[in-house]
Amino acid sequence: MKIIDSTLQPQIDSTLDVAHVRADFPILKLQVEGKPLVYLDNAASSQMPQAVIDRLVRYQTSQHANINRGVHYLSETATAEYEAARRKLQRFINAREDREVIFTGGTTDSINLVMHGYGRKFIGAGDEIILTTLEHHSNIVPWQMLAEEKGARIRVVPINDAGELLIDEYEKLFNERTKFVGVMHVSNALGTINPVREMIAFAHARGVPVLVDGAQAAPHMKVDVQDLDCDFYAFSGHKMCGPTGIGILYGKAELLERMQPFKGGGDMILSVTFERTTYNSIPHKFEAGTPPIAAAIGLGAAVDYLSSVGIDAIAAYEGELLNYATEQMRQISGVRIIGTAAKKTAVLSFEVADVHPHDVGTLLNQEGVAVRTGHHCVQPVMLRLKVPATTRASFAFYNTMAEVDTFIAGIRTVQKIFI
Amino acid sequence: MITKSLYQEVILDHNRKPRNYGKLDKASHHAVGHNPLCGDHLDIDLNLEGEHIEGIAFHGESCAICKASASMMTTIVKGKSLADAEMLIKEFRDMATGTLDLAHPHHLGRLTVFAGVRDLPTRVKCAILPWHTLHAALNSVSTASTEAEDDPMHAPIGDA
Repeated sequence: MKIIDSTLQPQIDSTLDVAHVRADFPILKLQVEGKPLVYLDNAASSQMPQAVIDRLVRYQTSQHANINRGVHYLSETATAEYEAARRKLQRFINAREDREVIFTGGTTDSINLVMHGYGRKFIGAGDEIILTTLEHHSNIVPWQMLAEEKGARIRVVPINDAGELLIDEYEKLFNERTKFVGVMHVSNALGTINPVREMIAFAHARGVPVLVDGAQAAPHMKVDVQDLDCDFYAFSGHKMCGPTGIGILYGKAELLERMQPFKGGGDMILSVTFERTTYNSIPHKFEAGTPPIAAAIGLGAAVDYLSSVGIDAIAAYEGELLNYATEQMRQISGVRIIGTAAKKTAVLSFEVADVHPHDVGTLLNQEGVAVRTGHHCVQPVMLRLKVPATTRASFAFYNTMAEVDTFIAGIRTVQKIFI
Repeated sequence: MITKSLYQEVILDHNRKPRNYGKLDKASHHAVGHNPLCGDHLDIDLNLEGEHIEGIAFHGESCAICKASASMMTTIVKGKSLADAEMLIKEFRDMATGTLDLAHPHHLGRLTVFAGVRDLPTRVKCAILPWHTLHAALNSVSTASTEAEDDPMHAPIGDA
C-alpha cells in the first residue's frame, strides 16, 4: 500500500527557495541513524546558518577584546561591533531607540530582569499579576517568587480546548490591584498566536504595563514593538538562528530608567566608592560584567540573515508547512493534534493513541526525525488539556514538504510497531 | 539498529499486557516512583512474608520501556528472597547504565532485553524507575524519584 502520495504536496507559492536556504545550514547535511536528519525541534532551538558561524569565527579570529574599556584597536573594534549588533536588533523589532535594547542571557534572563528590576520595585503586598495558562515556566516561576516575597497574587487567564486564551476572562481579571501582565506572544507547546496587541491596549487603558514573552514569535513573524506598544518584549538568540547564551530584553526607555538594576558589577556603574555607587545609563545599567560579546555579534548576524531571507516569506512558507503537516496528520487514525487554535505558528503537538510520547520520540529518532517529547515546560497547559505529555514537531523555514512526509511516515511506523 | 532491538516483541508484549498490573488487597509495603523529567509515575505494592516477596503489583502512567520493565520485574522477583531481589536491582541498574559486563555471570536472564537502553541516555531512567521504586518499597521508603536527592538508588545498593 502506498502510504504517502507525494502529489498531495501543495505547490509552494512563496518567495522562499527552500533548497537555496538549506544549503546555508551545514548541520542539515547530517545523517542520524543512517538516515538524513529531519530536524523538527526548532521551538527548542534552531540551527545556525554558515553566515552566523562565519561571523563568530571572524569575530574570534580578528576582532575580539573586552568592550567599553580599552583604548586599543581591538577593544574599540569589539565595542563598535557589539553596539552595531544592538542597532541591528533595534531595527529588527523596530524599537524607537537602541538604548531600549538590552543584551541578556536569553528569554529567561530577560524575564528575571523585569521581575527584579521592575517587579520588586513597583509590585507590593496585595497587588495582582496577570499571567496566562499558556505561559512557559520561565514566565511563571519568577512571578511566583516575587508574589511569595511581596505577598502579591497571581491571576491566570484560562484557555479553551483549542488552546486559545479566553479574552473575556482576561478582561474580567482586571481590578484596581492589577499591577502587571505577562503573556507569551506564541505558545511554545501549541503554537497558538495570542492577540497580544489587543491585550496590551486593554491593559494600558487601565494603566497596567505588559511584558510579552516573544521567544517563539521573533523567529517566525514580523515583530514591531512600537506597533504592539508592549512595555517589555523578551526573546532568545538560539531560537532564531543565533547562538545560545544571548537574548534580548526590549523595554520602553522611560520604564527602564525608572527600574532598579538586576545584577551589580562592572560596566553598569558610573562611579563606585564604598559609600555610594552611581549607576550607568540604560542599556548599560542592565549589562553588568563582560557580556557575551561574540554571541551578541552572532545574533546581529542572525537577524541580518533572517532579514535577507525575509521574515514575511518565512512566515508564509512556515504557514504552508503547518497546513500540509496538519492535513497529513489528520488522515492518521489514532493521532490527535493538541492545540488547534485558529491562528498558529508551525508547531504540531500530538498524541498517538496508546503510545507514550517518549516511545514515539525514540522511534522517530530511528527514522532520523528529531522531535521534542514531554511537558515542554508548560505543565499547567498539560494539566488543563488533560494530557500527561505530548510529542511536538516544530518547523522552521529550512524544513521541506518531503520532510513532513518522512515525519508522517515515521508516525505510521510507530503505530505499526505498537499494534 | 539499537533502538529497534530495544523495542523487541517481549517488551512490546509486556507493554500491551502488563503482568501483575493493579493493586494488592493487602500490601505490607508500598512505594511511588516518579520521573519528574517526563511526569511518569509508578505505584508498587508489596507483600512480604518473612524474607520473601509473597505478592507484588504495580500500576501507573509510563512509557512502554518503563511499563515492560515493571511488568517483567514483577514476574521475576515474585517469590524471591529480599537478598535476591536486591541483587537483581543492582544488576539491572548496572546493566542499564552500562557498568555490568553481560559476558560475566549474572542473574538477569530475559531481563537482558533491556540492555539496549545503555545506548539511549535519555531512556535509561525509564527502564530503571520500577527497580528504583521496588528498592524504595523494600526499604520502606514511600517515594522514589529519578531526580531527588533522597533517591534511594543514590545510596549503596547490595554489596557495591
